[in-house]
Amino acid sequence: MSDITVKVDGVEVAVPAGSNVLQACEAAGVEVPRFCYHDRLSVAGNCRMCLVQLENERGMAPKPAASCATPVAPGLMIHTKTEAVQKARKGVMEFLLINHPLDCPICDQGGECDLQDQAMAYGMDRTRYQENKRAVTEKYMGPIVKTIMTRCIQCTRCVRFATEVAGVEEIGLVQRGEHAEISTLEKAINSELSGNLIDVCPVGALTSRPYAFHARPWELRKTPSVDVFDAVGSNIRIDTRGKEVLRVQPRLHEDVNEEWLADKARYAVDGLKRQRLDRPYVREDGKLRPASWDEALGLVLDKLKSTQADKIGAIVGDQVEAESMFALGSLMNGLGVKNLDCRQDGAKVGGGERGAYLFNTGIAGLEEADAILLVGTNPRWEAPLINARMRKRFLKGGLTVMGIGQPHDLTYEVDWLGDSPALLSAMPQEALDVLKAAKNPVVILGGDALTRNDGAEIAHAAFQLLKLADGLRDDWNGFNVLHTAASRVAGLDMGFVPGEGAQDTAAMIAGGVDLLYLLAADEVDTSALSDTFVVYQGHHGDRGAHAADVILPGAAYTEKNGTYVSTEGRVQFGRLAVFPPGDAREDWTIIRALAGQLGVDLGFDSLIELRQKMIEAVPSLAVADTLPVESLTSVGIAGLIDGQALSAAIDNYYMTDPISRASKTMAECSQVFGTSEAEKATGTHG
Amino acid sequence: MKVTARPELNYGDFAFSEEREAQAQKILARYPEGREASAIIPFLDLAQRENGGWLSKEAIDYVAMRTGSASIRVYEVASFYTMFYLEPVGKHVVQVCRTTPCWLRGADALTDAAKQKLGIGLGETSEDGNFTLIEVECLGACCNAPMVQINDDFYEDLTPERMGEILDDLAAGKEVAAGPQSGRRYSEPEGGPQTLLHMASEA
Repeated sequence: MSDITVKVDGVEVAVPAGSNVLQACEAAGVEVPRFCYHDRLSVAGNCRMCLVQLENERGMAPKPAASCATPVAPGLMIHTKTEAVQKARKGVMEFLLINHPLDCPICDQGGECDLQDQAMAYGMDRTRYQENKRAVTEKYMGPIVKTIMTRCIQCTRCVRFATEVAGVEEIGLVQRGEHAEISTLEKAINSELSGNLIDVCPVGALTSRPYAFHARPWELRKTPSVDVFDAVGSNIRIDTRGKEVLRVQPRLHEDVNEEWLADKARYAVDGLKRQRLDRPYVREDGKLRPASWDEALGLVLDKLKSTQADKIGAIVGDQVEAESMFALGSLMNGLGVKNLDCRQDGAKVGGGERGAYLFNTGIAGLEEADAILLVGTNPRWEAPLINARMRKRFLKGGLTVMGIGQPHDLTYEVDWLGDSPALLSAMPQEALDVLKAAKNPVVILGGDALTRNDGAEIAHAAFQLLKLADGLRDDWNGFNVLHTAASRVAGLDMGFVPGEGAQDTAAMIAGGVDLLYLLAADEVDTSALSDTFVVYQGHHGDRGAHAADVILPGAAYTEKNGTYVSTEGRVQFGRLAVFPPGDAREDWTIIRALAGQLGVDLGFDSLIELRQKMIEAVPSLAVADTLPVESLTSVGIAGLIDGQALSAAIDNYYMTDPISRASKTMAECSQVFGTSEAEKATGTHG
Repeated sequence: MKVTARPELNYGDFAFSEEREAQAQKILARYPEGREASAIIPFLDLAQRENGGWLSKEAIDYVAMRTGSASIRVYEVASFYTMFYLEPVGKHVVQVCRTTPCWLRGADALTDAAKQKLGIGLGETSEDGNFTLIEVECLGACCNAPMVQINDDFYEDLTPERMGEILDDLAAGKEVAAGPQSGRRYSEPEGGPQTLLHMASEA
C-alpha cells in the first residue's frame, strides 16, 4: 500500500494508507494518551482520551476527533498540543475519574496503571463532583483473574481481547449507560490466555488473583528470561523480590509470543516455592533421608564406578537447559555410556536432518500460510501462543485448517478429517485438493502422532504429503514439528539420543539398566524401576524423586543461566533471577563435580567454558534468536501406518510438569476447567 | 460460521411456537447467509413474547442458538434495551412516560394513581401477577401527553381517574380501546379542528 503524508504538529510524516491518526502520531514520535485503543485489538473508540484536532485545506475541524477511530487522509494536519486538545483531554479525564475510586494506595495496578499515569498529565488536582460514585459488584472470572469492577472504565479491551485474540466469547459489556458492566455471566474464562486480560486492562479492574497484594511494581527486580512450560520459547520477564519469584510477565517478541503469554507460563511459578528439593537425599531401608552432598555424591560415584557402561542410562527432562544436558552428555560419553535419551515421551524424532524435527515455518511464518493440516496435535494446549497465531491468521481469511486426530475446539474452524493417521496416505480428495491448491501449505505434527510406535512412519507420510502439495520450496518450508518440551530441540541438536544399539527411554524405564540417571525427568513411568538404582537430579519432589535412590537437588529454570532452543529452533537464553533454595546447586556444577571425582575431563570449569565447548560441538547453538533455515530432504521412515486412532497427549493443560503440578494456582485452574470433564462444570465452585 | 470457542448453550426445551417460527423464518430471510446475528433483536422480541413477557436464560440461549451467536453477545443486546425484560413481569406491563412533555402534563399524577391502584411501587409486579409498573423515557406520543404504554398499546390523553379505570378494566379482563382517552381522534387539536377550517368547509 502506498504511503500517505500527513503533518503531525507541523512535522511531516509518511504512514501506510489505512493507518489511523493515532498511528500517524506514533510514527511522528508524538505520544497520544489512550485507554481503549490497543494496537493488536480492533478499534472501539469509546474512551475518548486520544482526542486531537484535525485540519485540512478547508480549515480546522469544528470538534476534536478521536485519533484512534479516524483514518488518515492526504494532507491532513494533526494538532496534538493545542490548548483545545489539552482542554478536551482534561475534560475526558475528569469524566473518567467521576466514577473511578480513589483507591490507588490499595490497588494492585498502582505503579503500572495507565489511568494513574495519564491522570498525572491530564488530571485535575480536585474533584468538582459532589455526588456518590457508582459501585459495581465484583464478578467471578476464575482462579486467575481477580475483578474489582468499580475501577472499570468500560474500555472493553478485555471483551475485544477475549473475542479476537483468545477466541473465547465469554466476556461482554452488559447493561447500558451508568449501569454498564463487564460480565462473564459468572463463569470462569475458559482460555489458556486469560492472564493477558490482566495486562490489557488499563486500570485495576482486572488484576492477578495469585499475585494480589503481594508486591508493588517498584519493589520488583526484573530479569528477562525464556519460558520453559512449552516449546514455544515465549519471552518472559521474571519479577522477583528477595529470593521469591512473584510473577512472570511477557516480554515483547514479535516473531514468537508477540506481547502475550500463556497462563501456565505466568501462573505456575507459585509451584517454585512448593515441593522443592533443597538438600540431597539418599534412600535407606526404603525411605529417603536427608544427606550431605558428600554422602550423596559419594554414593552416586560408587554406583557409577561399579556399574558397567552398558548398564548405565540417562534421561533428561522437558525443562532442562542445554548446558546441563551437554554436561551430562559429556560425562556419560566419558564413561562410555550410550544409553541416553532426551525424549521422555518416546517421540520418534531426531537422528536425521535438523529440519526434520523443527517448526520450520516459524511461528510468525504461519501468517503466510493458507492451508494447515494438523496431525495429532492440540495446539491450544500444547502451545497456546502458536494456536493464537493460527487464529490470527484464520481471522484474516483465506485459511483452511484441517485436522487428523481427536477433535478439539481450537477457537477457529477446523475440518477434522478423522482420527486415524492412516489418512495421511489416503487423504480424502477434497482435503488433498485444498492442500494442493494452497500456495503455502503447512503440516504440523504433534505429540499425539510422534509418540506412537509408528511415529516415524507418520512423520514420513506427512512429509510426503507436504511434498506432493508443493509445500517444500526454496522460499517455503511447511514442515513443522510441534514439540511440547522446552529442552527437546536442544537435546536433539546435541544428539542426546541412544547410540548405536543402545537403549531408549522405553527400554531404560522397563528395567534395562542398573543405574538410571534422571536429569529432572519426571514424565516417565517409574513403576518398573524397583531393581534399578535411580539417581534423580532435579528441583521438585515429583515422580522422579519418589522413585530415586539418591536425590541431587538442582535448580529450576528461574534459578540458572541456560540456553533453550524452541520448537522453531530459535536459540534463546534464560537467566538466573533468584538463587536455588537451600543446598540446591545449578545443575551443570553438580555434573561437573561428579565428573571431577570420577576423573573424567569434561574440558570446562565455568559456564563460559562450558558454553564454548557446547558451541564447538553444536554450532547451531551459537546463533542466538534467529529462525534457522534448514534444508530438508527426508523425514522419518517409509512404512506402514497403524490404523489405530490418535489419542490426546495432554489431558490437563494446567498440569504437565513438576512445577505446574506443585502449583496451587494450576491446581485450582484444573479443578475449574482443566480436564475435559471439568470443562462442563459451571465454574462457580472455584 | 463459528469462529470462537463458546460455552455450551443451554436452552432446555424452549422453542418458538409454529406461528412464531413462521415469523422467524421471514425475519431470517431478510439477512444474507452468515449474517444471522442481525436477527438478534427481532428474535429476542419473539422469544420474549413466547416466554410470557420476559427473557429467561433459556430464551436468550435459544436466540443465541438460532442466530449462531455466543450467549454473552445476545445477553449484551437483551440487557442494553429497556424493552427487553430479564426478570418475570406481570401480564400487563404499564410503562408511564416521564419525559418532559408528559411530565408537564401530569405524568407524576398518573404514576401516583397507578401506584395507589395497584398497591405497588415502580419496578414492581403486583401480587396477582397482573401488573408491572415502570417509568420510561419518551415514547413519541407527545401530542397526546400524558400517556402510558400497556403491553403493545398506547393509552393517551390520560387523567389519573381514567388511568385507574383502565387498570380496573384490564384487571377484570375487559378489553380497553387503545389510543386517546379524551374522545379526540388521533392527535387532532383538543376540541376539534382549529385551523384550515375554510378549506374543510369548501370541501
